[in-house]
Amino acid sequence: MGAVGAGLAVLGAGLGIGLIGKGATESIARQPEAAGKIQTAMIIAAALIEGAALFGVVVGLLAGSGN
Amino acid sequence: MALVTPDIGLIIWQLIVFLIVLFILRAFVWRPILSALKTREFQIEDSLRAAEHAQEEMKQIKADNEYLLQEARIERDAILKEARDEASHIIERAKAETSDITSKMIQDAREAIEVEKKAALSEVKALVASLSLEIAEKVLREKLSDDKSQKALVEKFIKDVKVN
Amino acid sequence: MLKRSNFLTINKFLAIILLVMPGLVWAGGGSGKDGEDEQFDPSELINHHISDSHVWEITHGIVVHLPVIVYSEEKGLDIFSSANFFGEHEEVKPYNGYVMDHDHITLESGGHVFDISITKNVLFLFIDALILILVFSAVARGYKKNAGKAPKGIQSFFEPIIVFVRDDIARDNIGHKYERFMPFLLTVFFFIWFGNLLGLLPGAANMTGNISVTLTLAVITLIITLFSGRKTYWLHIVDPLGKSMPWAGKLLLYIILWPVEIIGIFTKPFSLMIRLFANITAGHILILSIISLAFIFESLTIGVVGALFATVMNMLELFVAVLQAYVFTLLSALYFGQAVQEHH
Repeated sequence: MGAVGAGLAVLGAGLGIGLIGKGATESIARQPEAAGKIQTAMIIAAALIEGAALFGVVVGLLAGSGN
Repeated sequence: MALVTPDIGLIIWQLIVFLIVLFILRAFVWRPILSALKTREFQIEDSLRAAEHAQEEMKQIKADNEYLLQEARIERDAILKEARDEASHIIERAKAETSDITSKMIQDAREAIEVEKKAALSEVKALVASLSLEIAEKVLREKLSDDKSQKALVEKFIKDVKVN
Repeated sequence: MLKRSNFLTINKFLAIILLVMPGLVWAGGGSGKDGEDEQFDPSELINHHISDSHVWEITHGIVVHLPVIVYSEEKGLDIFSSANFFGEHEEVKPYNGYVMDHDHITLESGGHVFDISITKNVLFLFIDALILILVFSAVARGYKKNAGKAPKGIQSFFEPIIVFVRDDIARDNIGHKYERFMPFLLTVFFFIWFGNLLGLLPGAANMTGNISVTLTLAVITLIITLFSGRKTYWLHIVDPLGKSMPWAGKLLLYIILWPVEIIGIFTKPFSLMIRLFANITAGHILILSIISLAFIFESLTIGVVGALFATVMNMLELFVAVLQAYVFTLLSALYFGQAVQEHH
């Protein structure tokens, strides 16, 4: 069960980070001169999402190994 | 689960090690490096500014030179133009003078010719007069006998004279 | 006795050869030591690798017994080698009133001991710290030697990184007050980066993937954030709505908002802690899992493909090593920036 939970958490985060990447590449294509700022914002947003996903993974692993 | 249970011993060691590293690096590494970087950046900025200044100065000098050159060129052109004008003026004057002289010479010659002509004409007239007289004399001497022929002769002479 | 020592030398010999071919280390270990009666258990292998230990098993048969430092009320301070816990046949045995169960030391009487041993991770902390100090004192020497000149050698490798941390991480996110935080940010960046890289070496400890290590780093970030917090920062926590509402209305909302804000202070470093821990540990688990596949399926093809895939994953981990160092430093800088900002 824990592993399924971890997988679901990763699914959400993967979608989220994919959307960030999509948005960032599109913005860079539109405004290449702002690439540096967009990248920073992208990494920060990705890190925040990843943080949420990692909570899920850790909780999932804990639940999975608790049995 | 052991994996996510913090271990107090490791925390203590990590705290000690990290703080020691932080303070050592802060005092002996980051301070000198950051200040060296800063000084170098200032230096680079200064030299860039100096280079820019020098470039500007060079530009100014170049512009000055260009101006001087332009000025000299204008002056040269003016001088050349003056010289050319002078030359053409001289030629013009010379031409005028020459034509004056020639026309005067022609005039003189014409006058001289006229005088000569008049002299020659009067001479011819005198000669003709004397010749006529001579002829008349001779005719008179030879043919005064014939009346008719006398008359014709006189008429003929008169005609001739008229023609002359 | 003779047979056993012979066995050990063969085992060591094998281990040295296999050290050169890391993909096959477990193959040698699996057939050499455990024999046929024991089932290969990947989760035990992985757990053993990523958790802390009192012995440093560089590879099969090459083991360094690290010193144990324990304190208990009953017995006081004790320092001894962890080799004492192992009998002649590598079985775990009690020593001097202490027992070790899965690297957890307790008193035989069941009492609690305060364990500040030099474990595998502590050893790697020392190595990481030593490398940091050696490398960066060399870099600093370069600045002294080439003062006013172009950087040379190791100095020119690290200078762009230091400038990147200063300009793109610190200055962009903290503002003009960034200089105060530079020593911490640089130290934490290189500490994590070098630690991550050390962790990727064969036989090395999963040091930056240990929750205690990341917890300490995150707590230091939290403490610096709180101590450099300006009026605006605290006002934002105590009075987030400002003058947009009369005080009576605000008070009702604040009953909900205050706990949220206060929890917010702690979730930031908590996510820092979990992120670094989970990323690095996940990387180790992934690589070990791929390699374990060969022994689960006992197939040469899977072994070769797995080794290739593990190599690719290792490349990715090299990138993750620097990325996680960057993310940790960037987010720390971001939190410091929020703490020192003057007004909105």
